[in-house]
Amino acid sequence: MKIPVDRKYSETHEWFLLEDDTATMGITQYAADELTDITYVDLPEVGAKVSTGDAIAEVESVKATSEIFAAIPGTVTAVNTALTDHPELINDDAFDEGWMIKIKVDSNASLENLMTAKDYASFLRNSA
Amino acid sequence: MASSLFRTPLYDLHVSIGARMVEFAGWEMPVQYAGIVEEHNHTRTACGVFDVSHMGRLKITGKDAGTFLDRICTRNLKDAAPGRCFYSHVCREDGGILDDVIVSRFEDHWGIVCNASNREKIIGWLEQHRAGKDVQLADETMDTAMIACQGPKTLEVAKELTGQDFSLLKRYHFTTQAAGPATIIVCRSGYTGEDGLEIVCGAGIARFLVPKLFGSKEKPHPIVRPAGLGARDTLRLEAGMPLYGHELSEDWDSLTAGQAWCVDLSKDFIGADAMRRLKERGLQRCIVGLELDGRRIARQHFPVYRGAENIGEITSGTLSPTLNKSIAMALIATEASAPGTMLEIEVSGKHIPARIVPLPFYKRPKT
Repeated sequence: MKIPVDRKYSETHEWFLLEDDTATMGITQYAADELTDITYVDLPEVGAKVSTGDAIAEVESVKATSEIFAAIPGTVTAVNTALTDHPELINDDAFDEGWMIKIKVDSNASLENLMTAKDYASFLRNSA
Repeated sequence: MASSLFRTPLYDLHVSIGARMVEFAGWEMPVQYAGIVEEHNHTRTACGVFDVSHMGRLKITGKDAGTFLDRICTRNLKDAAPGRCFYSHVCREDGGILDDVIVSRFEDHWGIVCNASNREKIIGWLEQHRAGKDVQLADETMDTAMIACQGPKTLEVAKELTGQDFSLLKRYHFTTQAAGPATIIVCRSGYTGEDGLEIVCGAGIARFLVPKLFGSKEKPHPIVRPAGLGARDTLRLEAGMPLYGHELSEDWDSLTAGQAWCVDLSKDFIGADAMRRLKERGLQRCIVGLELDGRRIARQHFPVYRGAENIGEITSGTLSPTLNKSIAMALIATEASAPGTMLEIEVSGKHIPARIVPLPFYKRPKT
């Protein structure tokens, strides 16, 4: 499975791509494949304040419902509204078209505690 | 996965064609191959093949077998002709549902197909009640396989592969075919709402035959595709069929579960008195179909409200691939169960409007 090296990963299978002061987040292709056909995505309001560890979204599939957690504090600046009508975009392309939320990151925050692509790959191997 | 799980005779085949295997009722089973929705749609339009070998297969012999089963089962089996099979419930004295089963009448014995999760319980129940009768019980689950071929093109495929025309076989009738010293049982039945055949045969025959159904990797069969337990669940739910542990439970009876059609209250069977009393008093609860607003899925145990009043809970729910609607079944107070009634389902802390609709959600087009 391809895991992009330009971003960081959480143990709950979210990805975070930091560009300037904005982090784009979604779920990994592994998580999307595990959930199977995604049928619904519940996204936060633009402008919402989020803290590390907050459940800020929900992804629902035929099989299960999963909460999506913020791994960084900040303010929601955008959500991927295409997912409302086409939640399957996450299954098709979890790392790009299936992005979920953009967060303007608080100034003192960092993604230091998250895994690199290499760490995430071995995390997946060890949890399989 | 823990090695204590049972594997069907087709385990290696599933793994080799890329199935995702999961634990189900003590078995390692394929939940999906290409994807639940794809397999679902393929079964509605062509032919999906399901390994259901995890289900319990019991053989009942002895001269009292018929009267014994008639007392165990809610369905009337007294006049059962050889070659027929019957959907039935097995209940406790108080009416609580122990399992739903298919009972088959052979010339010289009977067969029972029960749920994998209830196999040991049902064997125990039959053992307990056969005392003093000429009834013998054999569990053939581990030596045999059971394959469900489902979908509108199933008979076409069967004709191509066997040269036989199963359209002459009526629904819930079966035929036995000799395969050397072994027997293959073919029944016109299923759990998807589609036409189809369910096949029971020896483990070795299944390992030989089923790969031929799918064709090769280079040249897969154009009509037949494997389908997993995930699609089996969404298909049966659209067809309004109950699933043990969801719509069926020891905590309520067959009438409450909306399955009165398979209960003959004019005969004597275990649970009959309790159900007659219940019918006289009127059912307090019943199973209904629901259509939810939006795309959120109502899952088992989600609370159901009429206004502020909690009137029951969801038993099963999914996003229907065929109807593209959020559908569910629920066990609710009978007084709130009229079709058209607006209710609310609590999903992740929010109340989602839902309307009671008649079951089934999906009925196959008449051919």
